[in-house]
Amino acid sequence: MKNRSLKVIGGVAASLMLVVTSLSAEPVDDTLTVNEEMTLVTRTAAPAHLSDIMDEVISGWHFRGTETRAMQADDFDNPGMIFVEAGEDSWNTAEGSEGKSCADCHGDAADSMKGVRATYPKFSEAAGKVITVENQVNDCRENRMGAEKWKYAGGDMVNMTALIASVSRGMPVNVAIDGPAKETWELGKELYYTRTGQLELSCANCHEDNYGNMIRADHLSQGQINGFPVYRLKNTKLNSVHARFKGCVRDTRAETYSPGSPEFVALELYVASRGNGLSVEGPSVRN
Amino acid sequence: MKFSSATAFLAAMTLSGAAMAEEVTPTAVMYDEGSVSASLTGVPGDPANGRMIVGSKKFGNCIACHEVTDLKDQPFHGEIGPTLDGAGDRWSAAELRGIVSNAKLMFEGTMMPAFYKTEGFVRPGNAYTGKAADDTFGPILSAQQIEDVVAYLATLKE
Ligand code: HEC
Ligand code: HEC
Repeated sequence: MKNRSLKVIGGVAASLMLVVTSLSAEPVDDTLTVNEEMTLVTRTAAPAHLSDIMDEVISGWHFRGTETRAMQADDFDNPGMIFVEAGEDSWNTAEGSEGKSCADCHGDAADSMKGVRATYPKFSEAAGKVITVENQVNDCRENRMGAEKWKYAGGDMVNMTALIASVSRGMPVNVAIDGPAKETWELGKELYYTRTGQLELSCANCHEDNYGNMIRADHLSQGQINGFPVYRLKNTKLNSVHARFKGCVRDTRAETYSPGSPEFVALELYVASRGNGLSVEGPSVRN
Repeated sequence: MKFSSATAFLAAMTLSGAAMAEEVTPTAVMYDEGSVSASLTGVPGDPANGRMIVGSKKFGNCIACHEVTDLKDQPFHGEIGPTLDGAGDRWSAAELRGIVSNAKLMFEGTMMPAFYKTEGFVRPGNAYTGKAADDTFGPILSAQQIEDVVAYLATLKE
């Protein structure tokens, strides 16, 4: 636990450490304790459906540098928490023809939304298909509030998903892959292993076969989504799962799918299931 | 049919350009067990330009995956493939031309992209825009760039 003490070191010292930290290929051996009280599961035994492929699933947190990891260990240092607050504001704001806010139906998000992030995407009887948290939020906006749908990966939506993720932090990801979700999960799995674009790379090429290795300046992680939405130091904003997928597919010189598309919903279910057992971490911090 | 007229135009250019050596198109490359013995252009490769292509993000970006000691002036070499140090000892020019043009024919299932190929992709895009490929779609490297890279790799001796 050699890095546990980092949090007490001041910001200046932490940034100095960034300079001397060399790029190491192994996921860092460290423990993520948020606000000195909540220890998250960031490595655990791989879920059964992956057991032929890998022994352990590892959060992207372990692949980031010392300073980035430290930022996520304290809500005051985690830039993602500002967006959680913005999400809380819209949670409490009445909108649309019904003049209702989320809070009018759901009360305090800390209670009513606890556990939600951990089980989505999931099959919805009402919709007759697998839906994401974003789909559910827009369904409430349209059909219960009489409000405009939010852009799938837009700022308002990402803020709301940050709030919803934050109240499940520490709970194990546990998405269902069988029953009515199975077909969608299979599609997601197929997409995960399809080599797309002119570079003919699949998610698995980078995140299954090469996690821990450097690809140019990037240290490849397992591409887990338990930490989403993710505050990225690179673009200084909160990023949704589908925006990240889009970026990775684009980087294979491929025509991407769109955020909210059936393909990305299926891929999200599959990728989420590869992290079953890891703690919900969002909003997390990455570079 | 913009594309075919563009192709016809290019073909006409190639035929009329007396100084232009005949270039082997990506679909006409003759592979023999992954090797390509004939030059793609007939013009000798320029190792200095090849060195630039191997290191540059805008061109081959080979060091995204490979370490090359000779290119240590550039930061961040990847760890996906083997080091290219000594590639000129391990492989003949024909083998290197095959590997760079379409490595899948030399190493089955390899992660290494094919740099001189234009067909058989799933959802090919327009470079890194995320949009669908259009009329401008071509191989990642030109025939002469492949020859330059091959010439550079041949200089990498232990
Ligand atoms: C060419 C290599 C490459 C391919 C192919 C690729 N990715 Fe990535 N991906 C990266 C890099 C580099 C990063 C940033 C470092 C990291 O977290 O691995 C990344 C990050 C991610 C992250 C963020 C992880 C975190 O903890 O923040 C997710 C999720 C992800 N990728 C999913 C995918 C999925 C799903 C696919 C396929 C549709 C895919 N990637 C294809 C290179 C790739
Ligand atoms: C996305 C990763 C990737 C990129 C980009 C890439 N390669 Fe490779 N390359 C590999 C892998 C992996 C191998 C090992 C072959 C295998 O799969 O068994 C390889 C093998 C090779 C070999 C044979 C190495 C040896 O001596 O055994 C050469 C030569 C080579 N690559 C040259 C290049 C050149 C030149 C470029 C750029 C124009 C390039 N590579 C770009 C992944 C890559």
